[in-house]
Amino acid sequence: MTQLVWNGLFVGSFYALVALGYSMVYGIIKLLNFAHGDLYMLGAFTGFAVLGAAGGVTSAAALPLLLAVLLATMVITGLAGVVLERVAYRPLRGAPRLSLLITAVGASFALEYGTRAVAGADPRVYPVRLGGTPLEVLGARLTLQQLVLTAVAVVLMIGLNLLVTRTREGRAMRAIALDPRTSALMGVDVNAVISRTFFLGSALAGAAGVMAGAYYGKIDFLMGFLIGLKAFTAAVIGGIGNIPGTMLGGLLLGLLESFGTFWLGGEWRDVFAFGVLILFLTVRPTGLLGERVTERV
Amino acid sequence: MTLLDVTELRLSFGGLLAVDGLSLSVREGEIVSLIGPNGAGKTSVFNCVTGFYRPTAGRITLRGRDLRGLRPSAVAGLGVARTFQNLRLFGELSVLDNVRAGTHLWLRQSVLDALLHTPRYRRSEHECTEQAHHWLDFVGLRGDRYGPARALPYGEQRRAEIARALARRPGLLLLDEPAAGLNHGEKAGMVDLIRRIRDLGVAIMLIEHDMGLVMEVSERVVVLNFGREIAEGRPEEVRRDPAVIEAYLGGEPDA
Amino acid sequence: MKGPGAGPASPEPGPASPEPGPASPEPGPASPEPGAARPGADPGSPGPDRADAPKVRLRGTRRPPTRTSRLLQNRWAGAAGLLVALLAPFVNATPYALSIMTSAAIFVMLAAGLNIVVGYCGLLDLGYAAFLAVGAYTSGVLATRFDLPLLATVPAVLVVTVLAGIVIGAPTLRLRSDYLAIVTLGFGEIIRITANNLDVTGGPSGIYGIPHLADGPVAFYYLTVAVVSLAVLGAARLGRSRLGRAWRFVREDEDAAEATGVNTYRVKLAAYIAGAIWGGLAGVLFAAHLSAVSPASFTFLQSALVLMAVVLGGMGSVPGVVLGAIVISLLPEVLRDLADYRFFLFGVLLIGFMLLRPQGLWPARSKEALRSEEALR
Repeated sequence: MTQLVWNGLFVGSFYALVALGYSMVYGIIKLLNFAHGDLYMLGAFTGFAVLGAAGGVTSAAALPLLLAVLLATMVITGLAGVVLERVAYRPLRGAPRLSLLITAVGASFALEYGTRAVAGADPRVYPVRLGGTPLEVLGARLTLQQLVLTAVAVVLMIGLNLLVTRTREGRAMRAIALDPRTSALMGVDVNAVISRTFFLGSALAGAAGVMAGAYYGKIDFLMGFLIGLKAFTAAVIGGIGNIPGTMLGGLLLGLLESFGTFWLGGEWRDVFAFGVLILFLTVRPTGLLGERVTERV
Repeated sequence: MTLLDVTELRLSFGGLLAVDGLSLSVREGEIVSLIGPNGAGKTSVFNCVTGFYRPTAGRITLRGRDLRGLRPSAVAGLGVARTFQNLRLFGELSVLDNVRAGTHLWLRQSVLDALLHTPRYRRSEHECTEQAHHWLDFVGLRGDRYGPARALPYGEQRRAEIARALARRPGLLLLDEPAAGLNHGEKAGMVDLIRRIRDLGVAIMLIEHDMGLVMEVSERVVVLNFGREIAEGRPEEVRRDPAVIEAYLGGEPDA
Repeated sequence: MKGPGAGPASPEPGPASPEPGPASPEPGPASPEPGAARPGADPGSPGPDRADAPKVRLRGTRRPPTRTSRLLQNRWAGAAGLLVALLAPFVNATPYALSIMTSAAIFVMLAAGLNIVVGYCGLLDLGYAAFLAVGAYTSGVLATRFDLPLLATVPAVLVVTVLAGIVIGAPTLRLRSDYLAIVTLGFGEIIRITANNLDVTGGPSGIYGIPHLADGPVAFYYLTVAVVSLAVLGAARLGRSRLGRAWRFVREDEDAAEATGVNTYRVKLAAYIAGAIWGGLAGVLFAAHLSAVSPASFTFLQSALVLMAVVLGGMGSVPGVVLGAIVISLLPEVLRDLADYRFFLFGVLLIGFMLLRPQGLWPARSKEALRSEEALR
């Protein structure tokens, strides 16, 4: 039982990290960035390359080095997100939504198969093994690395929340989410803020990618597809565009999956997750914490 | 005979009351204007009547039929047509196709007719096009009917939108600022057009800021401020009403 | 009508029209059944065409510009397309070539179906392969389990795909259109994973030994071309009907469409279901063609390729979409050496087309569609 809860929370913190980027971008420019899951994948591969350059990790110096790699990767994927927005999305602002969505699908394709062309189609093994003896807490087995990864995820999420609620930058983001035109008139540099939003969202996805690589040990060029879907589900559960809601949604989805897997078997896990998505969209499309939009029939 | 009856209509967005207990009615074949300072809740009333907003409280009936809870398309099906404050033509589609949209409700044509190109399909398509031309003639559109609607000059777009509404064969037409952005000559044309529409037996409810036009065409004027009715009556009565003068000249900076 | 003779790429223009004369029948409340839709007028009241309405017949703008040449062109293209499809086996009838051509024809049908959803109605469906899967599995399972001929499974396929369309469309079509995109993406995965997990669908290895629809690959190829031509023709005709216009109104402006009396929810659902039917029927051909179906055929990649064909050809343009589908399905045969970069290229192309040429290779011309409607009278 506690094991199931712990597993759920652990996986859920990954979902939440990726979902945040989805949610932020959606909140600010109402775009479902299909390529977001691929930025997670890109993060995993970037981390792989950086680690490779550093000559792999031995378990002694593992954690500090891993954190350094994490930071480097976040910067790189963040920049990739900025470039993506600049090249593929910004020119289409104001175009029909359909064009933007199709561009996002194209971007997702380009990232996936671009990575495949560079890194090959076969899964790569992450040059990190975080060992350590599992601890027993309340009957659940949890490893040190799980704890560290969860802690990193929590720190990142708290940091993001502070940034959005407490800083000038965050205020600008929220202003644009409400009304981009007026924000521009009030002197907010809309393009710059959108760029920075993409940077943050992509950096978080990249971080999640490295962490997933380090934890699962294997990465491949299609790994972002499924998590992109899951992250969207998490964002919808919590309330897309709402940051605390999205975090909550991620954790909840993790828990739901953990229990769903237990009851239905692992092969039905993804079906279960999408079932939850469709249920939520039917019953409460604004999510748990999403504000209800003015009733429009 | 009363066509549209609005009783104690209330609409709130969160804490903000956009419409606060408004009652009004429109008789068959009548032209009623809804005026008031910006933000007085005029367009909100239109949106409630046409089903785009769900009122917080109150009753709206058309010929005794309750309109609450109906989708806009169902309200349209009962004979209410509207235009939008900022033109909502289908910009990429041709002018003619835009007006054809008006025939959607009454055109009898099944999917099977379309797949098999039955005589009924041909007949209905023909009628649809004829009607579209007819209403474009009626509003006096001069521009290219085969070009995209967004290519029409502004005043012509207003006319095309009215043609689209008329092609629905409505009993009640809601015009949201039909003269906004029109020049002097075009406004005169609009007055003429509104009267000709009324002469078809169509009742009209009008939101308009151009007082000259309102005074010229309206049979009755309802004045709104802060979502409430502050005056109602014939144009010349309303013009002299102190509450109306107060609402327009005092208090409201953007009146 | 001339049936499949109009060809897969034909927008089916019909005979050239006589000029719409001024002696047009007087419109008004005397038209069929206006009562229900026109509460504004008493039965006896004078019609909209009262004497005081000015009879301005602005003739200059009423006459459609010359169009014959363009129509002939389109029509000719359709006939030529069909002719090429019919003659192709005389050029190269190796089993391999026939198989490629049959696949391409099925792909054309998929693109025509997705075009109804994406091109006409503006709804992004990212899991279109799911309907292909539903059709292929339904007919395959029924045919192998109950020893039915494939043709006998078609009614069941129709029922199941329509149901699938409703189950997915009904909840999501009420929401913003981008939600539909991602839900259909999820739905595509659900169908694939379900097929992978269930016993009745044969698990990961799928089902095999599906009976043929025709004797020999040549006969089957011609059968496929016939079915696909009808499907393309049907999609084109739907696009020019009352429903087809309503789809375009929804695509352009949902609020305005709703105010015009279009029940946007129902109309969107209709588009989604039509897409499902086209996909499901293509699935029957697909099952018959490969005589085996497995989950690997219905990945997101497949859905994305169909979307690519629609975007490349021109959303909403029937000849464009047919062309796009043929290009996308034959390109891998031409570009074997570039296999590794192919999908990367597709992604870049999708972005490039949206940025530089969103209307596609063979765009739908709103004017032209309109003119061909006029030509029908």
